[in-house]
Amino acid sequence: MAAVPATASAIASAVASGEVSAREVLEHHLAAIDAREGDIHAFNLVTADAAREQADRVDADVRAGRPVGPLAGVPIAVKDNMCTRGIETTCSSRILQGWRPPYDATVITRLHAAGAVVVGKTNLDEFAMGSSTENSAFGPSRNPLDTSRVPGGSSGGSAAAVAAGFSPVSLGSDTGGSIRQPAAMCGIVGVKPTYGTVSRFGLVAYASSLDQIGPFATTVDDAALVTEVISGHDPNDSTSIPVPPLSLRGSVATGVAGMRIGRVTDLPGGAEPEVEAALEAAFGALRAAGAEIVDVQLPSLSYALTAYYLIAPAEASSNLARFDGVRYGLRVGAADTNAMYGATRAAGFGDEVQRRIMLGTYALSAGYYDAYYGKALKVRRVIADDFARAYVDVDAILTPTSPVVAFRFGEKVDDPMSMYLCDIYTIPTNLAGHPGMSVPFGTGAHGMPVGIQVLAPALGEQAMFRVGGALEAAAGGAR
Amino acid sequence: MASADTPLTGSPISEADVAKVARLARLDIDEAHVQHFTEQLVKVLSHFRDIDALDLAAVEPMTQPYPLVNVMRDDVVQPTLDTDEVLAVAPEAEDRRFRVPPIIGLDG
Repeated sequence: MAAVPATASAIASAVASGEVSAREVLEHHLAAIDAREGDIHAFNLVTADAAREQADRVDADVRAGRPVGPLAGVPIAVKDNMCTRGIETTCSSRILQGWRPPYDATVITRLHAAGAVVVGKTNLDEFAMGSSTENSAFGPSRNPLDTSRVPGGSSGGSAAAVAAGFSPVSLGSDTGGSIRQPAAMCGIVGVKPTYGTVSRFGLVAYASSLDQIGPFATTVDDAALVTEVISGHDPNDSTSIPVPPLSLRGSVATGVAGMRIGRVTDLPGGAEPEVEAALEAAFGALRAAGAEIVDVQLPSLSYALTAYYLIAPAEASSNLARFDGVRYGLRVGAADTNAMYGATRAAGFGDEVQRRIMLGTYALSAGYYDAYYGKALKVRRVIADDFARAYVDVDAILTPTSPVVAFRFGEKVDDPMSMYLCDIYTIPTNLAGHPGMSVPFGTGAHGMPVGIQVLAPALGEQAMFRVGGALEAAAGGAR
Repeated sequence: MASADTPLTGSPISEADVAKVARLARLDIDEAHVQHFTEQLVKVLSHFRDIDALDLAAVEPMTQPYPLVNVMRDDVVQPTLDTDEVLAVAPEAEDRRFRVPPIIGLDG
């Protein structure tokens, strides 16, 4: 048996050429899961049997000389808020425990068509609300680099799966940083594409105007490959932008010569000193690679946290109204329907979900709508306008991904505001609907990795991947 | 009543507010939870006062990043979810329908 390559692109090439079988690749990863999943808890469910069937189908295609897709035989872990037909999808919530969706999310359909092998459903903060996976109803995931620390969140299980070698790539969803922040904390690459480029059909909605699916990977090239596969217009998602799938892999090694990269002079403070130092080193590396570093101002950035934590809970309070014990999931019996709703939702939702539903309901309620939700929507516009002005002068903007490296369990979970502040650098992009990615760059406190965030304007993914590729090359050279 | 231009004053949220919001959101929570959530929401909402400093009078609200309106498709029958598969995962079903407890009080 040939050695199993480390990256998704190399696996797909080796499987397509018959050098290694998809089944061999899968068994290699299932063995890694067996060895360490007990310590990591990346998964809510490992779908070994379905994965073996899918891998065998790919191998049959290869043997028969039929064409195979760009992710042929590539194991991929998928966040457990994406619907998989007949396979339990829980959102790490008691209210959906045991639910088997009657359809596949569009991203799942596209992964299968590309020859990918879904190995399991990964753990998350309940309904993607959180920054550490500590809000999962099924227990937290642990950071493979230091299991006393969180992997970040909310897509912490997907980040941990890739960092632990359980799969070379995975999918997460990013509403306020839930792909980029765990990528930073686990030392891997994470991408949130432009809003509307990846279908949300079959993604259980948290905040519909902010949610976006994207990949985790160990290399920028693999992140580009998966983004290409899952992007593109989908008539089943009415917010899907009618543009062709993104073409990104050609940009990764293009370099940054002549690019203008923004340094935000009024970035909200509070980042750990090692994180600030890594950002400076990243600017230095890009300058050395031929980019020009240009000062930009984003004065509204410090208000993004407030806007986000009003808009996202407002949308969540509406989206999560569907979990009422009638059509799917948990039902707590009661004498009448109204009592059944209240009992089911109180028993089925965890504290953070209840907190956000109430925050959102309050922000939308008569008498407070204008003061909270209405104002937040206006702040959202101001932030988008600030970005638009900045992108007149620069092709991309660099910030830290997270102000802090991976923290210990329990440090923030009872103080919502301190947990929310973890997202201060990632949230603004979601409000604007722009793409963002996190690339590991250097080491911070306690030897934990630091992620540098690359931001670009809407549909500016090619510029973003050029910068990401250059950062990765510089970080590799520095090691 | 608070409006967009008048900053809120006083404690942002009371236990009575939280109890009311919980009822509106169909969350049947006990008094201890009401107290706990009130303490946390007071802190969170106090932080949110930061946006009172902005002059937003002339700003248009932004509800979505990419302004698509009236996304239509041709009126052609397409495959739908399988009824049996959908009802199989419902908490309770009867005669190809979802079954729920009485909607109107029995003794009313």
